[in-house]
Amino acid sequence: MKVVYTDVLVIGGGLAGLRLAIAARRRGHDALILSLVPPKRSHSKAAQGGMQASLGNVIKGQGDNEDVHFEDTVRGSDWGADQEVVRMFVNTAPKAVRELAAWGVPWSRVRKGDRQVVINGQKVTITERDEAHGLVAQRDFGGTKKWRTCYVSDCTGHAMLQAVGDQAIAAAIPVHERTEALALIHDGGRCYGAVVRDLVTGTLSAYLAKATAITTGGAGRLYRVTTNAVICEGIGHAIALETGVAALGNMEAVQFHPTGIFPAGILVTEGCRGDGGLLKDADGHRFMPDYEPEKKELASRDVVSRRMEEHIAKGKGVKSRFGDHLWLDITLLGEQHIRHNLREVYEICHYFMGVDPVKDMIPVRPAQHYTMGGVRTKPSGESPTLKGLFSAGEAACWDMHGFNRLGGNSVAETVVAGMIVGEYVADFCDRAENDVNIPTGVVREFLEREQAKLDRLAQGGGSEDAAKLKARMQEIMTAKVGIFRRGKDLEEAVDELQELLVRSRSIGLRSRAPGPNPELVTAYRTQKMLRLALTVAYGALTRTESRGAHFREDHPRRDDAQWLKRTLATWKSDADTLPTLDYEPLDIRRMELPPGWRGYGAKDYTDHPDTAARQAEVDALKEKHADRFARQRALMPYDHLLPQRLKGRNERIDERFPAAPGGAGDTPESAFAWESE
Amino acid sequence: MTTTTIVKAPSTSAPPAPAAAAAPAGGVATGAKIRVHALRYNPQEPGSVPHMQTYELEQTEGMTLFIALSEIRETLDPTLQFDFVCRAGICGSCAMMVNGRPTLACRTLTRDVGPDITLAPLPVFELIGDLSVNTGRWMRGTSERLEAWLHGDPQARDICRIEEPMEPELAEKLNELDRCVECGCCVAACGTARMRPDFVGAVGMAKIARFRLDPRDKRTDDDYYELVGTDDGVFGCMSLLACHDVCPKDLPLQTQIAFLRRKMAGKGWA
Repeated sequence: MKVVYTDVLVIGGGLAGLRLAIAARRRGHDALILSLVPPKRSHSKAAQGGMQASLGNVIKGQGDNEDVHFEDTVRGSDWGADQEVVRMFVNTAPKAVRELAAWGVPWSRVRKGDRQVVINGQKVTITERDEAHGLVAQRDFGGTKKWRTCYVSDCTGHAMLQAVGDQAIAAAIPVHERTEALALIHDGGRCYGAVVRDLVTGTLSAYLAKATAITTGGAGRLYRVTTNAVICEGIGHAIALETGVAALGNMEAVQFHPTGIFPAGILVTEGCRGDGGLLKDADGHRFMPDYEPEKKELASRDVVSRRMEEHIAKGKGVKSRFGDHLWLDITLLGEQHIRHNLREVYEICHYFMGVDPVKDMIPVRPAQHYTMGGVRTKPSGESPTLKGLFSAGEAACWDMHGFNRLGGNSVAETVVAGMIVGEYVADFCDRAENDVNIPTGVVREFLEREQAKLDRLAQGGGSEDAAKLKARMQEIMTAKVGIFRRGKDLEEAVDELQELLVRSRSIGLRSRAPGPNPELVTAYRTQKMLRLALTVAYGALTRTESRGAHFREDHPRRDDAQWLKRTLATWKSDADTLPTLDYEPLDIRRMELPPGWRGYGAKDYTDHPDTAARQAEVDALKEKHADRFARQRALMPYDHLLPQRLKGRNERIDERFPAAPGGAGDTPESAFAWESE
Repeated sequence: MTTTTIVKAPSTSAPPAPAAAAAPAGGVATGAKIRVHALRYNPQEPGSVPHMQTYELEQTEGMTLFIALSEIRETLDPTLQFDFVCRAGICGSCAMMVNGRPTLACRTLTRDVGPDITLAPLPVFELIGDLSVNTGRWMRGTSERLEAWLHGDPQARDICRIEEPMEPELAEKLNELDRCVECGCCVAACGTARMRPDFVGAVGMAKIARFRLDPRDKRTDDDYYELVGTDDGVFGCMSLLACHDVCPKDLPLQTQIAFLRRKMAGKGWA
């Protein structure tokens, strides 16, 4: 029995996992990362357009701050988010950008003086301030009041992953590449690590740790058409679900990105629209202003995706042999801009479609893009039900996105959550009572159980073809659990997915080749993915309202009276074919921003009985406090939730700190002292 | 390489290709047969012998090697090993030899390289099986030896305060060198890498050039000389420059290596 011991076992080597491991390592704890692929190949890399942080350096970002970012994010979430977590996030995001700048990320920078930009289809000249020259630049993105998205051309995730990956190497954090966690080791109340399969040799071993963190990203591959990488199969979600103890939150909240390249689903960034690109139909007509006069192409993603599908349903799509699509037109941005600021888009169009986006329009249609739901955690990132299990990033539901995530908030969340949860993980490991003492007999039991499952697949004589079951699952999810959802479709989806799950118990293999055996990999992942697909579909069927990206044609209103609550799914027994759903209410009486209209999309919702009273309370408190920090503290104190290292305020051109007491070489501690005025 | 076996897809009635989808001159028409000849070898399997295997399938519109190989695995041969992650040309996982040339498979259109497509794993790197090689281990090892991370100010920067300014042009230049996806094509194409197991390759030298250009990195040319001033570094390069020709990200490797070598030669002389 091979057992590996560490302090912090990080499952998933993307940005969230890397940053979390670095935080723990810097606090003196050993961290070990398991990764399906070399970390710099993880899906964090695909974040093209940028990362939201309210630096307010560009003139169109002037006046931006945590408060504005907070409100945009909560509105974007359709009030599904945990507002305290959003506050923690928006206060840390500027620090994350600045830390990454110090780690080497070549953020695109502001150039002082006049420059020409495209806004609402028109060329406009704006003038950047002298004092902003050389600072990190921001571009426009959907669902935001200010230009807030910090970027590196259109390969932001790549640049961030380079820098954070490099720092992990510098910190000598071991990464066990090409390994996959198949099950969490736990005793029903405490998580002790994972059973891990080596994807080169095919052997199993146990990894034991004080703290185990799931940072495995999203589950886009539950769908046939997705922007997600092929490794984003939700296996991290699934192993948490399979404990029967840890819960998944809001798995029915699935985002569809408006501009997946048609038909391959490869992403072209929201930066295309942020920088002035337009959506057009079969007649070459720019249709978004007809639906969304205020935000047009730059409403939130759930709204734009729905409007696009609505427009296609009206017969305005462009016909092709693969089905209908619409056009993304960035030709008006000009060659210089496209070649420099949208270079990945240029390459993708060139290599995959032979399209030159400088001259031609790009065929697009919404594609699955982001998993808002995830492993339910407290603001600290720890599961409330399984001690020692943490989660961060897209895999987690702590829950800052609610039912719709804003563009640029995901790659920001990866590093911010890594910073915050990493501190909490370190705190956890600091405490002696959290030392691991699990009998090796229990470890052996978990290992043998997983080995037996694999042996049954390889030698059980089953007749079902895993690849076919998986393809059918993906087909059902895209057809029936997509952008527009109906009760009848969802019922059919749940029924058929249950059938597939039962059939998946009789999967057989054609090949018994030793080593990684890709067929065996597909087999065990398909079993896990089907449970996850059912969690999404069943959650969607049960939620009889529309909120954010979850849109029910048969229940088109947001219903705060009945549904201002978070779905919690657990999988109680191996024999079950459905998750057990519970609900966790969101407390309006503690909200800084009570529910209302988002500022885009339908104005159609049913108020919660507490909303009016809380709104009156909030209005009175706003009246009372002129200072924005005092006002915020009165509305919803959250400072106690932030780790000490991350409590400080953020300096801006328009919110200068007093001169540093120590002059150059000022340390973070002194800024914290300033904070406590 | 003794045996060759052929696996054919069950023939399907292909829809006639519309005129608009006709292949460019010299390309494979939609609906035509293509043959993928893949090198097979599973080091984990006792008795496995390297050999070529041929798979026959039908060219579909917009088919990439990602689509073709996935189809082979799902319908013809579940054992075939290969690596894809992003399938969008940005992660660098899928580099392999396509008709003898290292490139990213995911963005290679079969119509451009068919109808006979020969695939082999990248040389130099440890073979995992079939078309899959361990570039990750190689890249991590090289990064460790070259200390290829930004060596910033030892005094931690206060991240609450406004960031250090940087000239926009410099940021863009850094990004240009930072775009390497560590796919390994430059190493696979390198003559020196075949002869010197510890040669850092163009990828290694490009990293050093990138940090050298970055004012946030506090190292000096003396420090860099310690890292690459050897025959496993800049002086091992024979200037064949296949690395430059095959780089999928069009990094300016030729000028960077030449520039770095000149600087390092100056240091060595001094």
